[in-house]
Amino acid sequence: MNSVNNPPTKLVRTAGRMALALIVSVGLGTVACAPQEPPRKAVKDDKDRKPAPEFELKDASGKVVKLADYKGKVVLLDFWATWCGPCAIEIPWFVEFQRKYKDQGFEVLGISMDDDGWKAVTPFVTAKKINYRVVQGNDATGDLYGGVEALPTTFVIDREGRIASVHIGLSSRKDFEDAIEQLLQPAGVGSPNAAGPGAKPGL
Amino acid sequence: MWAPRTLLALALSPAFSPYVAGQMAPVLTVVPQPTVKVSKTGTATITLKASLPTGYHANTNKPTEEYLIPMTLKWTGGPLQMESIEYPKGGLEKYPFSDKPLSVVTGEFSITTKFKVPAGAQTGPGAQVGTLRYQACDNKACYPPKNVPVNVTVHIE
Repeated sequence: MNSVNNPPTKLVRTAGRMALALIVSVGLGTVACAPQEPPRKAVKDDKDRKPAPEFELKDASGKVVKLADYKGKVVLLDFWATWCGPCAIEIPWFVEFQRKYKDQGFEVLGISMDDDGWKAVTPFVTAKKINYRVVQGNDATGDLYGGVEALPTTFVIDREGRIASVHIGLSSRKDFEDAIEQLLQPAGVGSPNAAGPGAKPGL
Repeated sequence: MWAPRTLLALALSPAFSPYVAGQMAPVLTVVPQPTVKVSKTGTATITLKASLPTGYHANTNKPTEEYLIPMTLKWTGGPLQMESIEYPKGGLEKYPFSDKPLSVVTGEFSITTKFKVPAGAQTGPGAQVGTLRYQACDNKACYPPKNVPVNVTVHIE
């Protein structure tokens, strides 16, 4: 059909195009002006971080392990138990994080809350090929960290020994990895909150 | 300005949890039992009625995974002699943390124990005592095993 010979058709087409343009522009405008959800923060702001409570617990060989031993490192502190299904989901992630980030100053430390002690924990550690240190915790250890009841409960601790994020229950692998990567960055890189003026990256 | 939905999302973000930890274990409630009357030569049945809060589950006596802690009822003392325990069958439920469905109880359930009166038992009142052990989880977390004391008044006539 020839539009020159059919003016009403041309008019309809033109109006249609204008309407389409209007819809598109309104749509884009709506998107542009809509309140944007801020990106989810992986770690708490520097000013909101509190010191991770110190503890002394024993590993399977009987060696005393202190949180202070990890000074200057980013630590993923995982409260878990062998009877905890959600913990078993996260543990392979932590094994991989230990392998991937260890050379950058990162360590995973598992605190088992099993009542049965090493009798239950050691076979689990072997079966899951856990490549990081595991210590035996107790209610007192949980109380130090605000009364850990739900497992897993995982704290990501910055290089200054402060709690940068808390994960209660099964969390997403990405949440952990984002937190670790942010905390491993040198001060001033990535997020302005990654470390404060007193940060000592690399220690 | 942030939308309310955004603020809610931030409030629920684990990294910004208002508490360090402190999420409490669910409390399993056992309904108090009326006095059980039994003849000196008879048998008795005690049915414990228990319940878990909505959103929580506990493993049955026969969990589907070896690593899970089963629900157990242990009678530790009293005038009656235990013969058998019938645990709730529960149901198979799928959870985000398990590849396979798990055998669990939710809500209200019952555990039935059959007893006999041992030979030479003295007539009169007594207390049948025991412990119900359970381990509960919700969709995202598990809680340490708990022991609930059970105490049922028994009267041998």
